[in-house]
Order: sequence, then structure tokens, then C-alpha cells
Amino acid sequence: MHPRTTAARRRAGAPLLCALALALAGCSPERYPQTALLPLSDFARIGDHVQDQTFYWALGVFILVEGALLYAVFRFRGRPEDPEPSQIHGNTTIEIIWTLIPALILAAIAVPTVKGIFETNATPQGAMTIEVIGHQWWWEFRYPQADITTANEMFIPAGQTVELKINSGDVVHSFWPPRFAGKRDVFPGRETRLWWKADSTGLYPGQCAEYCGIQHARMAFHVRSVSPQDFEAWIAHMKTKGPPKPPPAAAAPTAGDSLRTASAGAKVQGAQDSPTAAPAPAQGADYAAGEKLFMTKGCMGCHSLQAVGAPKGLIGPNLANVGARSHIAAGWLPNTDENLERWIREPQTVKKGVLMPNLGVTVEEARALRAYLRAHQ
Amino acid sequence: MATTALDQPHAHAAHAEKTGLWSWITTVDHKRIGILYGATAFFFFLLGGLEALIIRIQLARPDNNFISPETYNQLFTMHGTTMIFLAIMPLSSMLFNYLIPLQIGARDVAFPRLNAFSYWVFLLGGLFLNAGFLFGAAPDTGWYGYANLTSRQFSPGHNVDFWNMGLQVLGVASLAAAVNFFVTIVNMRAPGMTMMRMPMFVWMSFITQVLLLLAFPVIAVALILLMFDRFFGTHYFIPAGGGDPLLWQHFFWVFGHPEVYILILPAFGVVSEVLPAFSRKPLFGYAAMVFSGVFIAFLGFGVWSHHMFTTGMGPIADTFFSLSTMLIAIPTGVKIFNWLGTMWFGSLQFRTPMYFAVGFIAMFIIGGLSGVMHSSPPADLQQNDTYFIVAHFHYVLFGGSIFALTAGAYYWWPKMFGRMLDEGLGKVHFWLMLLGFNLTFFPMHFVGLNGMPRRTYTYPAELGFTLLNQIETVGSLLLGLSFLVFLINIFRTSRKPRNAPADPWNGATLEWAIPSPPPEWNFDRLPVVDGRDPLWEEKRKNGGRLPEPVAGTGAGIHLPNPSYWPAVTAVGVAALFVGIMMSPKWGPWGIVVSVALLFFGLYSWLFEKGYSEFRTPSHGGH
Repeated sequence: MHPRTTAARRRAGAPLLCALALALAGCSPERYPQTALLPLSDFARIGDHVQDQTFYWALGVFILVEGALLYAVFRFRGRPEDPEPSQIHGNTTIEIIWTLIPALILAAIAVPTVKGIFETNATPQGAMTIEVIGHQWWWEFRYPQADITTANEMFIPAGQTVELKINSGDVVHSFWPPRFAGKRDVFPGRETRLWWKADSTGLYPGQCAEYCGIQHARMAFHVRSVSPQDFEAWIAHMKTKGPPKPPPAAAAPTAGDSLRTASAGAKVQGAQDSPTAAPAPAQGADYAAGEKLFMTKGCMGCHSLQAVGAPKGLIGPNLANVGARSHIAAGWLPNTDENLERWIREPQTVKKGVLMPNLGVTVEEARALRAYLRAHQ
Repeated sequence: MATTALDQPHAHAAHAEKTGLWSWITTVDHKRIGILYGATAFFFFLLGGLEALIIRIQLARPDNNFISPETYNQLFTMHGTTMIFLAIMPLSSMLFNYLIPLQIGARDVAFPRLNAFSYWVFLLGGLFLNAGFLFGAAPDTGWYGYANLTSRQFSPGHNVDFWNMGLQVLGVASLAAAVNFFVTIVNMRAPGMTMMRMPMFVWMSFITQVLLLLAFPVIAVALILLMFDRFFGTHYFIPAGGGDPLLWQHFFWVFGHPEVYILILPAFGVVSEVLPAFSRKPLFGYAAMVFSGVFIAFLGFGVWSHHMFTTGMGPIADTFFSLSTMLIAIPTGVKIFNWLGTMWFGSLQFRTPMYFAVGFIAMFIIGGLSGVMHSSPPADLQQNDTYFIVAHFHYVLFGGSIFALTAGAYYWWPKMFGRMLDEGLGKVHFWLMLLGFNLTFFPMHFVGLNGMPRRTYTYPAELGFTLLNQIETVGSLLLGLSFLVFLINIFRTSRKPRNAPADPWNGATLEWAIPSPPPEWNFDRLPVVDGRDPLWEEKRKNGGRLPEPVAGTGAGIHLPNPSYWPAVTAVGVAALFVGIMMSPKWGPWGIVVSVALLFFGLYSWLFEKGYSEFRTPSHGGH
């Protein structure tokens, strides 16, 4: 009684194909700095390789099965007055075949999978250890061999294997640097590990991937992969940031300002060619005022400015080289002077719920604090 | 088949039609309880959809401030919790309630008052879960509530309590219902209906009840331990006290993975009813369909750690859970091929339910294949907790469960309400839903693999996620619109006279043998079954069609009396959890009073008048 309309003849897959075309327009991985599809390390390539294989099998099955479905929809369309089709209840041979074929495809996927599982779980030899500690909502990085602490921007030497020992200071997080490795969950009271060997230099984003409270979305970080020489230079530079010394040593900041403009691919300026020689441009009245404010406004209660022998268990990120980081507020807010001042003045507006309270810092005070922190390269 | 309007006279001397609010509160009729389940679940489904739309608006722009981070976190938590526990599960319960007794040829479920109790507990649990919104303290730690974020230290408000207690209440409802349907299916099938003659929907429902019975105690235990951590100072999940947050993850997913099959198996059942009816051909490979369902359910208890590959379990555990997960693809593939086999060489009648059933197959295939992709741990380390996973499970739960349940809604609507939903609007609903669904969720595969994690209230512009998120938001609005069309269809249909014949689709199962809607006692005479498609066989014997059935008076048929004690007892159950939640403030009194109410309700229920003399020995059919 319901005659078929021509509209009903439209291909069942047409909307799907539309969506596919639209999605393809925006799916080229080069457009995404945080993509997992362009691996830059041995570890990430293991997963990428397995993923490619499963994807091509899945694509083949998709085309065959959806094709069969579309064929059936058009070929076997009937009318109410048509005679009853023959009443087939099953066919054992066919049913055995279509049980076995998927089993064989899965076996083909299982082989590289199991190989990949054991490869990614192998402990690398002679790797450099970096301790990762997840905090609500920022990342602490410690280099135990050099006794150096930093936050939210992890320096690694390209071409060398790093092994991460991962812990949490509070709740469960997940450490995810997609260009270099998959995720590794971050637990309080349970160490997890991750490793990779980066094969190129540059600055690459990552972020927390396990929901961890109000600012989970703003718990990002960057991995800065540099040449082994630049890495040694950076370690040497960070080693100069020891515990506060008597007056003369206060003027330690470097002028390695090009770090700050870091975009993907920017390299670390050899910090060793500008040790304490060049006077920092920001240094002056603002710097001195900022130094004083840092003590009096309570910043010191949560933040340390020393990279060497930094105290453990602070609830705010280490700021020893905050002036040189590409981003602030845990890896998502570009580290411009304007952003840094706003962040100091009203953290609860910039990142609601963050553990840093609004401290009633005035515009002038923020400028001074910015100058002081900017000098911490 | 003719669709002349036939307003069937329901002149029952023995069972006068009951109306009014009180009749709904005291009803023990499985069909009315089914309608209550359906209406409540559909309301929650719309609520969960609204939450999703707000989420999509927030994500339409980078660094957006449409809603605050707290609100976003509450919305994504409640969207997931609502859709799973308050929409898909009870929509399935609607079909269990309405259809299982009809399809097995019974007059009601085994325990009619327990059935009413299940519904009232479910309703109160759903309200409890959502009550947090009224106090600005809706649950905000995800539907999976990972420890130790849920501890008092990191979640001092009542948000987690609304979630914890709400789920415990809902668990009571699910377990009571599961016992009921299990017993009903085992004991109350019509003469001749062996297990291997049961309709496939009943089979899938049966397996679902087993899953519920085995999986829900696990989450109940976990929730009680969490409650102890939060209220009585224990440290099951708190590392500072020697506990382990990872323990929660194991508890949760031992429940959580079977839960996925609890959500999808009834949908498999619906599609396995709709496809044969509109292909005019029996279900292909009935036995394979039964055993693949059993196999999926069995394996479903051995794959839980595939949700936890990123926790670093080591190569042996990773390998085991990876391979067991891959195995599930085999019985699932068998099901898809058997549905194709059902359509093959058929005479396909493209009515609205068939559109949704075919849409289900097309979408579920995509969700199944992406599922195989993350059964491989090296790849899953990247995919886990990204929008790739969000895409996957929406293809399974929306493309799967919701498409199938919508097919079921159009298919059984005439049986339940005696009115045919409009075919034109139904097809508009389908195309809008298919388009909106794919626009919303297909780009999520790409945005996920390109680095967008889940459960983030915003993203910075420099990560490049904006365009795909905008497409997704447009899609979600279309998806919302498609359900507006459905609502219009329901509204318009409800204003028309009853026009549905008993058997509008040429069905094969027993429910189509009785008037639409069925009389309270379902069958004037309990049917005798001698095959898998009893009604088709009867029609064949009768030369193609059967005369329109006319309900009798129901005289001489025993039906359980209405009772308000199930509702009273349900209030006691819900009040108990309110009492526990408020115990820091009220002391033990809330608990004492609610337990008293609970026992009063139970006592009155057990010794309710009219139920002792109900067991007449000559009552046929059991």
C-alpha cells in the first residue's frame, strides 16, 4: 500500500560518502602538529606500522561487506505483491567459510600485533632516564643523572634513547607525546615506563590523555628534541641554575631569546656561547622589582627557580627556565609577554580552577614579575 | 495487507480498561510497565542528547567559553552515564517488558510486582543521578569514574556521590529485572516453544539477562568499596593508605566490557526480527546466530583489560587481552554475514523499520572494524582516550544500538499503541539521522588520530582541530533535528484514530497474532508452537493470511492484581542511598528511616491481600 518512491532509491551510502569527502578535506596529518600519524621515533613507528596493517585489512573488509550490503539492497528489492521468496534457513558450507575467513584475517593482524607488543615492552639498553611526574595540571621533568628539574617542556637528545620513569603526584594522568610514543598512564604509587629514540629535532606538542579534573584539557606539554651537542649544552646551562647564591650571582640570565620564538623545528641556541656574558635586555629596574615581588607575593611557596637540586613535592611548576619555554600555563598558552603578565595577574580567569590563586598582582607588578621570569632562560 | 481503520472494541466484562495516574502507579501489567520504561528512557535519551548538543556547541570553536570547564565536565559525565544507564539500557528494557511475554506466548512476566519494582527503582535512580544538577553538583568524573580522582581529597563535593549512589540504585533495578526475565524465559514459554524455537530477540534478551546477572554485582561491589572510601575512611583505591587506583580500573572494566554487550545484544535481537519480516524470509543461520551471541557474551568477560593497554600491564597480559578481543570479531562477523544472508535472495520491503535495520548493519560494520583496529595494543597506545575511540563507540552504540532500537520503535509502535507511525516522516527521520550521525562521528576518527584527546572542554587553535570539530557540530544539530522529526511523527500519530491491524508487517512471531494493542491478558488462549516462525506457518496453512483477531472478554483469566507496594519499596531503596549520602549531616537517621520504609514495603508486599488466593491450581500455561 506504500508504493516505493524514487527518493527511496537513493543510495544508502550517499550521506556516508559525503561525510567521507568532507572529512578527507580536513584529515591530512600535516595540518596537525599533535598528530599520531606522522611518527618521529622508533617506538611510534612500531604502533604506526601495526595500525597501517590493521587499517588496510579493515578497509578491504569495509569495501567488500558494505558493497555486499548495497548490492543486496538494490538487487533484492521487492514489491508487496511479489511471490514469497524461497525460504532458505541457512547454508552450512557458506557459514563455515565466512567464519574461517575473518579468523584468517585476524591471524594476519595478530602476528604483527604480538611482535609489536613485545618490541614496545622491551627494556632499552643504555637509555638516558627522565623522570616524569604528573601533577594537576602540569608536568614535572627530572633528569636524575644531571640532577636537573624542569617543567612542561621536556628536552631530549635526538638519536639517543630516552627512558621515562613515570609517576603521579596526585591523581591518574596519561603521558602522551604522539609524535614520539603512544600513551603511558601515570599513577600515584605505581611507576610506569615508556621509551623512544627520536629521529629528528624540533618542538612537538603532547598532552595529558586521562581525565584528571577540571583543567584536564589544559594539561599539555612540549617535547623539544635537539641535537646531542645542543642537549649537552642545555644540561650545562641548566646546571648553572643552582640554589640561590649571594648577590653577584643573581645576574645569571642569558640572552638566548630566540628560544622563545620557538615554532616547530626551531633549534636550541647553544646556550654555552652566551653564559653570563651578555647582559639580559630585560634586566633593570623591572627585573629587580620582580625579584623582590617573587619573594614577597608568595610565589616561592609553590615555585622553585633552581634547576639543580630543586626541592621535590612543590605544587607549582619549576620556573628555572620559564622565560625560554615556548608556552606557559602547562603547554598551551604561547609564552608572550602579554600572556605571561595576564597569567600572573589572573590565573583563575586564564585557567579556571588551577591551583594558583589570583594574588592581587597589579599591572605594574605583573610587568616586573614578567621581566624577572623572562630573564630565567 | 489492509490498513482500514479499525478501532477495536475493548469491551471487557472481566477486565475493565484501567485509566488514570493511580492505575499507572499500581500497574503490574508488563505492557504498561514497558511503556513506562520506554517513555522514561526516551525522556532521558532526549536529555542526554541535549547535553551532547551543548558539548558540541562548546567544541565548535577553539578556546571557547560557551560553558565553564566544570559544566563541561559535568555534561560529558552525565551524557555518557545517561545514554548508557538511562537511555539505551531501559529502552532495551522497554522491549524486554513489552515483547518477551508476547513473543513466548505468556500472559505476563514471572514476577509482575518485581517488574513494577524494577521500573520504580530505575525511575528513582535516574532522578537521583540527575538531581546533582539541581545542586550544581552533577557527577563530573566520567561515566567510568576512575579512582583516585573520585576520592574525597580530589572530589570533595557531592558530585561523585550522586553518581555512585545513583548507579547503585540503578543496579538494584537492573538485577531485579534480570532475574525476572531470566525466569520468565526459562519457565513461561508457550507449549512447543523449545529454546531453539525462541524468536531471536528473546534469545538475545536471554543472553543479556545472564550478562546483567554476572556483570552488575561486580560494579555494585566496586561502588560500595568507593562509598566506603568516601564515607567510612577506608583506602581501597587511595595509594596514600596502601590502596591502588588500578584496582578500580579492573573492577570497572570487568563490569564495563560485558556492559557493552548488554547495550548491543538486544539491538542484535531487534534487527534479527526486523530483517526477516521485511525480507519475507526466515533468519539465515538461526543456530549460528544463537551460538555467536552466546560466544560473544562468554568472551565478553575475558577482554576487559583491552580498555587498559596504556596502563603498562606487560607483554603477556597485553597479548592475552589483545587476542581475546580479536576473537570477538569472529562471532560478530558471523552475525553480520547472517543478516546479509537473510536479505540475500529475499524480497526486500523498504518500510521505515527496514531502513533503520539496514542503516544499523552499515554503521555497525564501521564500528566493528575500528574496534578491531584498537584490539592491537601498539596501535591502541595512540588511539586510546582520543576521539578515535569516541568515533568507534558511537558507531557501535548509536550506529548500532540506537539505529536498531529506532528500527524496533517503528516496527512495534503499531503493536504497542494501535497506530501506524507515518512512513514519510519516518524516512525523513532516517535520512536526517544517517547524515547527521556520520557528519558528527566520522570526522572524529581523523581528529582523534591527529591528536585530539577525549574529555577536554576545549582545544587551542594551533593544534588544527577547528574545521573537523565544526563539521561535527553541524552534524550533531542535524542529528538533533532528526529526533525532532520523530517527535513530530509521534505527536501527529497519537492524534489519529487507531488504524493498526494486528499484523501490519506480515510478522512471523506470536505478538502479531493478537490485536494491536493487545488486551491486558495478551492471549485469549495460550498458543501452541510447533516451529520457529509460528505465525508464518499458521498463515501458510491458512492460505496466506489470517482473519483480523478480535479480543475476547478475558473472562476466567487470572491476572495479578494491581499493587502499590512495589513503588513504596522502591522509594525505600532510593531513600536509603539519600540517607547514606546525607549521613555526615543527618547522622544515622536518614538510613534508619529509609530502611524501616524499605522493610515495611517488603513486608506489606509479601503479605498483600489477594495474592495468596491467586495461585489457582488449574491455571494453564505455566
